[in-house]
Amino acid sequence: MKNIDSISHVTGRSLYVDDIPVRTGTLYGVVFTSPVAHGNIIKLDTSGAESMDGVTGVFTAKDIPGENQIGGIIPDEVLFADKKVVFHGQPLALVVAKDEFTARKACAKIVTDIEPLEVVTDPREACNKGMLLVPPSTFRSGDIHKAWDQCAHIFEGKTETGGQEHLYIETQGAYAYLMENGHIKIRSSTQGPTHVQKSAAEILGIPMHRVEVDVTRLGGGFGGKEDQATAYACMAALAAMHLQKPVKLILHRLDDMRMTGKRHPYSADFRIGLSGALKIVAYQATFYQNGGAAADLSPAILDRSLFHSTNSYFIPNTEVTAYSCKTNLPPNTAFRGFGGPQGMYIIEAAIAKAAHELNVPASVIQEKNLLRENDPFQYGQVAKNVHIGKCYQMLDKEFGIKKIAGEVAFFNQENVLHKKGMALMPVCFGISFTNKSMNQARALVHIYQDGSVGVSTGAIEMGQGVNTKILQVTSRTLNIDPERIKIESTNTTRVSNTSPTAASSGADLNGKATEIACIQLRKRLIKTAGSILGVNPGRLAIYDGWVTCDGKRSKLSWEKLVKTAHLERVCLSEQGHYATPFVHFNKETAKGHPFAYHVYGVALLVTHLDCLRGTYRFDKVCIVHDFGNSMNIDIDMGQVEGALAQGIGWMTMEEVSYDKEGKLLSNSLSTYKVPDIFSAPRQVVCIPLPVKGPKPAILRSKAVGEPPLMYGIGAYFAIQNAIKAFNPSYVPDFDAPMTPEKVLMRLYQ
Amino acid sequence: MISFILNGQIIRTEEKPGSTLLDYIRYRAHLTGTKIGCREGDCGACTVLEGKLTDGRIEYRSIVSCLTPLGNAAGKHIVTIEGINIAGLNPAQQAITQHAGTQCGFCTPGFVVALTGHTMQQQPSEPWAAIESMGGNICRCTGYKSIERAAITVSNMLKTKNPDNPIGWLVGQGFLPAYFTSVPERLKTLIKGTESLQGEKTVIGGGTDLLVQKPDDIADTEPLLLFDRKDLKGIRDENGYCVVGSAATAQDIMQSALMRSYFPRLKSFFFLVSSEPIRNMGTIGGNIGNASPIADLVILFLALNATVHLQNTRTGGHRSVALRKFFFGYKKLDKHPGEIIVSISFPVPDKNTHLNFEKISKRITLDIASVNSAMGIRLQGDTIRNAHLSLGGVAPVPLYLEKTSSFLAGRKLELDTIRDAYGLLAEEISPISDIRGSKEYKTLLARQLFIAHFTELFPKKFCNRELLKIL
Repeated sequence: MKNIDSISHVTGRSLYVDDIPVRTGTLYGVVFTSPVAHGNIIKLDTSGAESMDGVTGVFTAKDIPGENQIGGIIPDEVLFADKKVVFHGQPLALVVAKDEFTARKACAKIVTDIEPLEVVTDPREACNKGMLLVPPSTFRSGDIHKAWDQCAHIFEGKTETGGQEHLYIETQGAYAYLMENGHIKIRSSTQGPTHVQKSAAEILGIPMHRVEVDVTRLGGGFGGKEDQATAYACMAALAAMHLQKPVKLILHRLDDMRMTGKRHPYSADFRIGLSGALKIVAYQATFYQNGGAAADLSPAILDRSLFHSTNSYFIPNTEVTAYSCKTNLPPNTAFRGFGGPQGMYIIEAAIAKAAHELNVPASVIQEKNLLRENDPFQYGQVAKNVHIGKCYQMLDKEFGIKKIAGEVAFFNQENVLHKKGMALMPVCFGISFTNKSMNQARALVHIYQDGSVGVSTGAIEMGQGVNTKILQVTSRTLNIDPERIKIESTNTTRVSNTSPTAASSGADLNGKATEIACIQLRKRLIKTAGSILGVNPGRLAIYDGWVTCDGKRSKLSWEKLVKTAHLERVCLSEQGHYATPFVHFNKETAKGHPFAYHVYGVALLVTHLDCLRGTYRFDKVCIVHDFGNSMNIDIDMGQVEGALAQGIGWMTMEEVSYDKEGKLLSNSLSTYKVPDIFSAPRQVVCIPLPVKGPKPAILRSKAVGEPPLMYGIGAYFAIQNAIKAFNPSYVPDFDAPMTPEKVLMRLYQ
Repeated sequence: MISFILNGQIIRTEEKPGSTLLDYIRYRAHLTGTKIGCREGDCGACTVLEGKLTDGRIEYRSIVSCLTPLGNAAGKHIVTIEGINIAGLNPAQQAITQHAGTQCGFCTPGFVVALTGHTMQQQPSEPWAAIESMGGNICRCTGYKSIERAAITVSNMLKTKNPDNPIGWLVGQGFLPAYFTSVPERLKTLIKGTESLQGEKTVIGGGTDLLVQKPDDIADTEPLLLFDRKDLKGIRDENGYCVVGSAATAQDIMQSALMRSYFPRLKSFFFLVSSEPIRNMGTIGGNIGNASPIADLVILFLALNATVHLQNTRTGGHRSVALRKFFFGYKKLDKHPGEIIVSISFPVPDKNTHLNFEKISKRITLDIASVNSAMGIRLQGDTIRNAHLSLGGVAPVPLYLEKTSSFLAGRKLELDTIRDAYGLLAEEISPISDIRGSKEYKTLLARQLFIAHFTELFPKKFCNRELLKIL
């Protein structure tokens, strides 16, 4: 089944926040932000802006009737800076005017005097100064101290991975307007409507039930709208409340890039020990996460880096410590993979380092250490239904790992100015929120008296196809034609207390809740059908729009059944509630069973390097991916291809750059480059691993949003191998992204 | 008053000519299928088609509406996604749907418009050209492979397109709504009503730079719009000189049969210059006038030993300056108040003249150069008669390498010459570290691109292990 939104997408009829027809009297906001990264606010004079023609209001911290607080996990982030600014681009005021153009001009009339304080942008420096967002976390297994004695080879190194701008093509935005009795409605481009609702209520000093948040769809999220959509929704709501007018706030791209956080850069030290047989015996690492100026989701992201610090390998002795460092950058936030990619890069770097020193292909070490059935993860969960070995075998069978390696070697022998490089990237990614309480969802299913169905859940559609999957669940469970079903917008008055659509779990959690509701409705209708037809309901089923009896079509159609049930006063609405079973995790001991299941896969990447110019392209990427039993292979393949591109982008051309004063240099699309159509690998082949799929996955179809992003990590190592082929004196270093600049400098170092 | 046809409707508006076409479409005409992604021509979410009557024939090109001054729409047919929609889906829309080439959907209308623009071209479709037509569109969801597959499907459907009447054929095949066929006649009535949009302040060609740099300032002014001035268009051979009108776009130059007869590899150079919609807008005059140190077209024309021709709009006087003498310092030009760039010319090359263009940027396509370079070289047997070498991104101006160029003249075409010339080249450049690269990187790139000119132009001679000696 194709994405149910695709027709409105290709005709331009899909509505995003800025497309909602505006109400009469709508006003427009522009955010005024701090021009420095750290300082004491001596003066914030907005009078110049307020007196401008067309300006209807300027709002600052002092205009907040409730609490000036929007922190997601811990309350350490203000909506508007009050006494102190802690990052360049931090909101100080919202200027509201008759149009955006006027509001932007008025921003230039705001005068500030900020006493500068020391700016720290480097996470190691922050850590040395004791500037941490939360206390450090450590994961341990085995006995790391004794383990070093058992190692034949020990290698150490340092890694850096850069940030990544989400670059959802639709920028952050919200539209807020008053309903009767001082209630407020917010149309927000958010992955977390409940977070918006709760924060707006706190900012406005009103109970949550007076704030309604409605989301139709997002023009891309990728984690960037999990927590950080909230601030702009709150600002629009605050201004709407004060002015008693509808207020729209859509960020200009430059403002969005300057103000919002990105994927966390990590700096790390590793130590890896191997036996003579190349088994990894010990792995020790320290991660320095650049958290930015407030916690946002950093603590949870830090944890996931630890969960995935051994990727798809079994390592008996580990000790990995992670520091969430407070710096004067915009608070970094969720981004597809949620810390997993950073953790995986570091272990892959350690393996690459060992492989280089021992003069063996990294793939040999990778393959010898792959996770096997019943191996314990360092966090205590025992690995079940492990498919990583099968993925390797299938990849080799379908594509021939040695054959491709031979082709690459031959090419490198034949060519002087062009070299190829190959790398394998295995992935093991845990599915569930690692915060247990978030693993719940609800769905509200209405069957209308004409037999059509409306489904509301807490899931946010942002391109990942969750609405299509929920429609499929409904259609399959009620056994009715998809045409009869509509997926409603996500609205906090219909489905409350939602978890954000994140952690790849949107379809699992909300799909399961939908399934539960539909099963109840089906049971009830079958019972009604039994009394209508005068037969035991056990003999009845619904199939293709008809009630069947012993597998044969009866004379009772779906429409008639529904209509009769309504007349008989049978409830045609149902709420389903789902909570993922078995998951738990003890933060104190760092042990538990945090994941419902794991997703596995492996990718082989081949890059082609122009050694004169330092530029590269990707010839092919071959993937075997564990989708479980994919319920929608079109959508799932799209997730693999899209995540791969984003992962390759993170490792290659996407370079977030700040100056020492904490000012973003890569502040526009002309200075921050994401892959375009010509950057796509020439060939991407993805083969689904034929497996049954686990029960906690919706219809046994595994979560797919994040795991394939990490295939992109292989891009770094493929390029590195190509550089080695040209410049034998190059000693591999680990400083992602591998931009053309870094490539050229390494080719000729 | 600016008049144009927007989809099927005639528009007459008093909006300022310097405001953007995008804002008009979304917030005046309330056509919300055209999206705002970046407002700097770098994402393509706001792509629309511009249909222009030339000699009675209508030609459509894709443009980004965020950088199009509304005044540049005058007398044209502007087509948004809404203007493409028919009952049901057209084959381009169908292909994107079938190949799952849309996820969040926000970029999708831009892709559909760009791909539809490709279907409307007179020349036969090729799969690579269909893909290339979407080179200016960024999608953050799909990874593009599904979109590529859709483009190939569409291209294959265009095999039987009638080159004499592509629009009629497309209407017949259900690619375009029927109203398209009457647009040329309706435009003729329109053009009479919209004469000159004279002003005094900012001079704008395609808008691709000025509307990135200072859109709010321009929105408030009455700029002098040169883009559609007929007297500034055209590429022609005049007495041994090739004359390129200042309003010729990068795409005009790239597609010019004359230019391609001089330089058969021209298209591969322009592949590195922005994207198709931006090439459809950006003019050679604008590229020179903007005086960016990494201006791609300026770098190219420096290697052609070109001359800039100016006209004073106040006095009517004419003046010519060698392009290499035209730039004083960062964004400083030998251009007097009231002067506009009319054309640029260069001597028609002979068979022994070879041209190469190189550009390195973080992303190979649709990016701004870290360093770019061009070399025009004329040989006599194994000897270099003369050479013109340019480098961008290594000085405050687009640099013509005077010393290196004259050093090369009269030397043998051999490895030693390249190595010795590089010593001079290094003295002529003064790169600085910035967002486009460190000083060390740019210095190394300057050498690499200089060598690349020789390996590209004379691969048999230089593409071998010997070359490693000078690397």
